Amino acid sequence: MMQFMLLFSRQGKLRLQKWYVPLSDKEKKKITRELVQTVLARKPKMCSFLEWRDLKIVYKRYASLYFCCAIEDQDNELITLEIIHRYVELLDKYFGSVCELDIIFNFEKAYFILDEFLLGGEAQETSKKNVLKAIEQADLLQEVRPAPLKP
Amino acid sequence: MGSSEMCRDLAGEVEKLLKTSNSYLRKKAALCAVHVIRKVPELMEMFLPATKNLLSEKNHGVLHTSVVLLTEMCERSPDMLAHFRKLVPQLVRILKNLIMSGYSPEHDVSGISDPFLQVRILRLLRILGKNDDDSSEAMNDILAQVATNTETSKNVGNAILYETVLTIMDIKSESGLRVLAINILGRFLLNNDKNIRYVALTSLLKTVQTDHNAVQRHRSTIVDCLKDLDVSIKRRAMELSFALVNGNNIRGMMKELLYFLDSCDPEFKADCASGVFLAAEKYAPSKRWHIDTIMRVLTTAGSYVRDDSVPNLIQLITNSVEMHAYTVQRLYKALLDDISQQPLVQVASWCIGEYGDLLVSGQCEEEEPIQVTEDEVLDVLEGLLVSNLSTPVTRGYSLTAIMKLSTRFSSVNRIKKVVSIYGSSIDVELQQRAVEYNALFKKYDHMRPALLERMPIMEKTASNGPTEIVQTNGIPSMTAYNKNGLKIDFTFERANPNPNIAVITIHATNSTEAEMTDFVFQAAVPKTFQLQLLSPSSNVVPALNQGTVTQVIRVLNPQKQQLRMRIKLTYTHKGSAVQDLAEVNNFPPQSWQ
Repeated sequence: MMQFMLLFSRQGKLRLQKWYVPLSDKEKKKITRELVQTVLARKPKMCSFLEWRDLKIVYKRYASLYFCCAIEDQDNELITLEIIHRYVELLDKYFGSVCELDIIFNFEKAYFILDEFLLGGEAQETSKKNVLKAIEQADLLQEVRPAPLKP
Repeated sequence: MGSSEMCRDLAGEVEKLLKTSNSYLRKKAALCAVHVIRKVPELMEMFLPATKNLLSEKNHGVLHTSVVLLTEMCERSPDMLAHFRKLVPQLVRILKNLIMSGYSPEHDVSGISDPFLQVRILRLLRILGKNDDDSSEAMNDILAQVATNTETSKNVGNAILYETVLTIMDIKSESGLRVLAINILGRFLLNNDKNIRYVALTSLLKTVQTDHNAVQRHRSTIVDCLKDLDVSIKRRAMELSFALVNGNNIRGMMKELLYFLDSCDPEFKADCASGVFLAAEKYAPSKRWHIDTIMRVLTTAGSYVRDDSVPNLIQLITNSVEMHAYTVQRLYKALLDDISQQPLVQVASWCIGEYGDLLVSGQCEEEEPIQVTEDEVLDVLEGLLVSNLSTPVTRGYSLTAIMKLSTRFSSVNRIKKVVSIYGSSIDVELQQRAVEYNALFKKYDHMRPALLERMPIMEKTASNGPTEIVQTNGIPSMTAYNKNGLKIDFTFERANPNPNIAVITIHATNSTEAEMTDFVFQAAVPKTFQLQLLSPSSNVVPALNQGTVTQVIRVLNPQKQQLRMRIKLTYTHKGSAVQDLAEVNNFPPQSWQ
């Protein structure tokens, strides 16, 4: 299973963090700091996998954002790259040509999409269409709000 | 995110939802069940009934999460594993449909139908087929099909192939399939994508033990990966290369590995050097080749060589008797070039100390002997003593080497002078050595040749390398009891590694004409000590000193107090039982200090 996913910019600013294992805030901060440093130090030509503690880290850079996942020993690194790519595609479809700003200003939507795609560190829906449909339905629910009381 | 208490409480709800008609909920319920099982494995049984129809799902989302659930259950419980083995045909069918089905836009990724599901099914098959012939046979065909038909132009295809290879290697597949898998890995190695190369090297490392010959075929590709730019790939390639070295390819492989050692990053050099030494020791085609290889490593990566290699190398050199002259000559020449690499300097000074006479007499057969005088050799060794580059350990080596030359060279006076200078050195280790050597010259000159003579060939099992001149303090033995013909002697050793434990061996002898049977030795010590009595060699002490009964006593003496003991002896002699008590107070001070 995936233990966590981090999205951060080239300057090391964290844009999104999803943890699938219970850790204290302090530990999360420590891990984030360490990993961001390690991944940013890698040269562009290097391969997308590295070993860190007892986990495998799979990362990929899309424009100005690094998508970084930590998977366990038995997980398939190459399919994790596909999972990252699928998530990017979902964001792209939803926001229409997504860029970092979209994620910064609509981070709660980014989390919703991630939560419809991955659950408990595993993929729950392998069809792009179904994930996006679920998000659409959630959006509809949000829009139907009781009208504010007029004074 | 739920804690184990939460999981226990909600497990029932999750189980119900697993059976609901809404597929959206079912897939989420399945993953919740996975989490519950991870947190509270005992609840696994609860979900068993719900899993009955999981694989007949049409919805890929639910199917995917169901496979994850089944995988989790099988990984955690051998009973579940046995229970779910019967699903293998169903899984094979689902996988087949995925591969054979036409284009399905919903699940397609670069022309492959639902790769996520394919990978998960392959993983579950791996777990089910492991150690089970029938299941493995049932999945043989589909694995071969996936392996040959999957598109490899994109990462997706390779991800599936990777999982397939892992599965083939883990189950009881037939050899043809295994060769197919290794060939896929070989193809991966030639892929432009470095991620794929990395994954291939990692997998090959796992399989090299079991399918050694098949991996050997790809040796040249692996060796090429040593020149890759990526650090992780280089490391994997290096590990794999060492695993592939054998008697046949040692010369070629070593050439490549030494070239790698020259040019690799410092973080690799220590591991690479150790690996080279190990491989050279196992497969060296000739002693000369071995020495040359060692020399090459010492001169190119000398400062990265691990400290424990120095004694090992020295032992190796000692045992290659016919190469001594050649070795010392090469080492001497290396010293003339460069004295900064400490392991090299240490090995070299040790050798010069041992074989300096061969060096000066120009006896080398393997190559052109060099002309060097005793003074030149002493210059070099003294240079090491004063150089800033030498560590204290190195200085110790060179001082001892100089001393040894006093029996091999004729310029004894010069050596005497050097040794006496260091008698007042600030470095305590050097000072101690110099003072001892000085004493050798003055009071024990008659012992000097014997002490400093050539090292004999050492046994491999010796854990320390050559010992320098060592003073052994034998603790004298003592007679603890001597009455009525029964004599008990104590002999002592210090137990390593704990110096607070004294190991005493008792030797009981009987000088009477009748043997002593049912002999029991007991001992008691004061409160601050602890005693452990091991079993005796026998209960019969033969008559007329014809044999000895021995027994080992271990005494823990943490406060280093004077050792005292009360002993009780019981035995049968000439038909009657004898018992005696005694105090033992005459322990030598060295036994407890």
